Amino acid sequence: MTTSTALITADLVDLDLPAADRAGVVRSLAQRLVAAGRVTDLEQFLTDIEAREAQMPTGLEGGIGIPHCRSAAVTAPTVGFGRSVAGVDFGAEDGPADLVFLIAAPEGGGDEHMTVLAALARRLVRASFKDTLRSATEAATAAEFIAKEVSA
Amino acid sequence: MKIVAVTACPTGIAHTYMAAEALEAAAEESGHSVTVETQGSAGSTPLTEAQLAEADAAIFAADVEVRDKDRFAHLPTISVGVKKAISGAPGLIAQAEEAAAAAPAREVAGATSAAPSGTPATPAGAKAPAGPGAASKVRAWLMTGVSFVIPFVAAGGLLIALGFALGGYQINLPEDAPLYETILSGGFDAGSLTAWGALAFGIGSAAFNFLVPVLSGYIAYAMADRPALVPGFVGGAIAMTTDAGFLGGLVSGFVAGGLVMWIKTWRVPRTLAGIMPVVVIPLLSSAVVGLLMYVVVGRPIAAATDALTSWLNGLSGTNAVLLGLLLGLMMCFDMGGPVNKAAYTFAVAGLTTPSATALTIMAAVMAAGMVPPLAMALATAVRRSLFSDVERANGRAAWLLGASFISEGAIPFAAADPFRVIPSVMVGGAVTGALSMTFGATLRAPHGGVFVVPLMGNPLGFLVAVVAGTVVAAALVLVLKSLGRRRPESPADAAPDAPVERAPASTPATPAGATA
Repeated sequence: MTTSTALITADLVDLDLPAADRAGVVRSLAQRLVAAGRVTDLEQFLTDIEAREAQMPTGLEGGIGIPHCRSAAVTAPTVGFGRSVAGVDFGAEDGPADLVFLIAAPEGGGDEHMTVLAALARRLVRASFKDTLRSATEAATAAEFIAKEVSA
Repeated sequence: MKIVAVTACPTGIAHTYMAAEALEAAAEESGHSVTVETQGSAGSTPLTEAQLAEADAAIFAADVEVRDKDRFAHLPTISVGVKKAISGAPGLIAQAEEAAAAAPAREVAGATSAAPSGTPATPAGAKAPAGPGAASKVRAWLMTGVSFVIPFVAAGGLLIALGFALGGYQINLPEDAPLYETILSGGFDAGSLTAWGALAFGIGSAAFNFLVPVLSGYIAYAMADRPALVPGFVGGAIAMTTDAGFLGGLVSGFVAGGLVMWIKTWRVPRTLAGIMPVVVIPLLSSAVVGLLMYVVVGRPIAAATDALTSWLNGLSGTNAVLLGLLLGLMMCFDMGGPVNKAAYTFAVAGLTTPSATALTIMAAVMAAGMVPPLAMALATAVRRSLFSDVERANGRAAWLLGASFISEGAIPFAAADPFRVIPSVMVGGAVTGALSMTFGATLRAPHGGVFVVPLMGNPLGFLVAVVAGTVVAAALVLVLKSLGRRRPESPADAAPDAPVERAPASTPATPAGATA
């Protein structure tokens, strides 16, 4: 993969998310995307995330939350990854999520940009992918692992 | 088996691809192949003509309208929300398998597309356009329940038959304190054949006690997922205690599934949402289904059973052949349900004061009760293509179950296709009952099937009656099934109970997100 910007870097990873509700956790991760220059307008981005969430909750069985949207406020396909000890309710049937993937896609993203997100989504249903992320001890390792997986 | 699938979600970023991955993994796990067209934002590689032509079934896991749905018109289709494929892909593959098995074979389709006059030709090599209409959905739900029940029927039935073979027909007598329970509670004597018989019978009965709850529970599960298992099982268990039989279990399964589907559409506060599937839904739905089964279904059934029994007792002077015919119809109506029980109890009660008539009635009732499993065994052996793989396997076990007078062996067939199977076996049972009375076969034992033939009066007449009814019932069921399954292929002339199946596939199906 030769995307100009990596899908994820260490500063987009938060292995100890603040104990907060869904909106609070998403905002905290989104701020990392803003700081990294991936999101230009935090409030616009959060509104777009919320709009998607309102269509149907993005929680998935197995402790995963995947808030995501396409937004004009996004400059490059990006994922923010966070781990929550307390768990965050993303509306999954089997309870709160401990792994949160904030997936940001630019509004007019072409196919080649999106394949990296598709690859990420496919990894999300694999148990080994989740297990590795649950046991990661450092943000840099987690970011490297995700980046390596989606480019494989 | 080859499956084609389409996944799609509103944003086209995440769920589309997660569902595709989950389906591919589940297919590989179960030894099938699936080709997924991801209608998402990373571009989609369309399915090729060859992939579409070779496929046996299609799965739509989508929360938005599937693009170019017409391409799948020739395939049996499972249509669900996209999340369902992520959380329950193996179940979807199994459903696709059932749907493909239920659809007629290609040759059959090719042969009949020319038969009905003046009907538009179906695409070459096309199969029944069993779109995601209401009728095919109901059928898929039913088949899920049935596929879970079959192993219970086979394992339990064969053990019960073994129990009779080793322990004799007295093994479950008298009714209030059966011999096998007495033996099993009194320490096990490994040197006694009767003890082994009691053991087999005890284990078999335990398996049989699950029949109706499992049927009901997995119908509900197919409809509304895990939260519906509880009300389904509970409703089925109550159908057992109220003697509502497997028909009662079908009712409780559909009621439980429908109820949970509806509850899932409620808008609840987020704080409550987390405990909905594990606490609120099972609690609420079980209470409602239980109430319905005890009060609305159970009581009338008990009353009807009593009424039937006293009505039968009043018929003692009737023409013997007519009585045999009537008892035969009743024995085969619900395979262990209330009507069957009324006829059986009537016959067994006669044994306490054995008159010549009472003994002929017992023989007629047992003969008729053997017909349903035997007829289905014969039917699956004669025309394999009309039955699914699991049904054929169950058909082989049904030979022994029928021979042992275990009518429940036909339940999977009757539950899967009640409107064709039940009338067929009823006619067969009536023939057998009437013939057995005509021949004057007599029987002193209340159970045992072929194992008690040596104890009979005119055993040859008894056997002829059983064979005749079996052949009649098998022939009827094959005729009804081939009529009913072929006709939906000609859009102008669909089977009466499957009107939706002929709807063009381009008609917007049930909203794809309905289950999510």
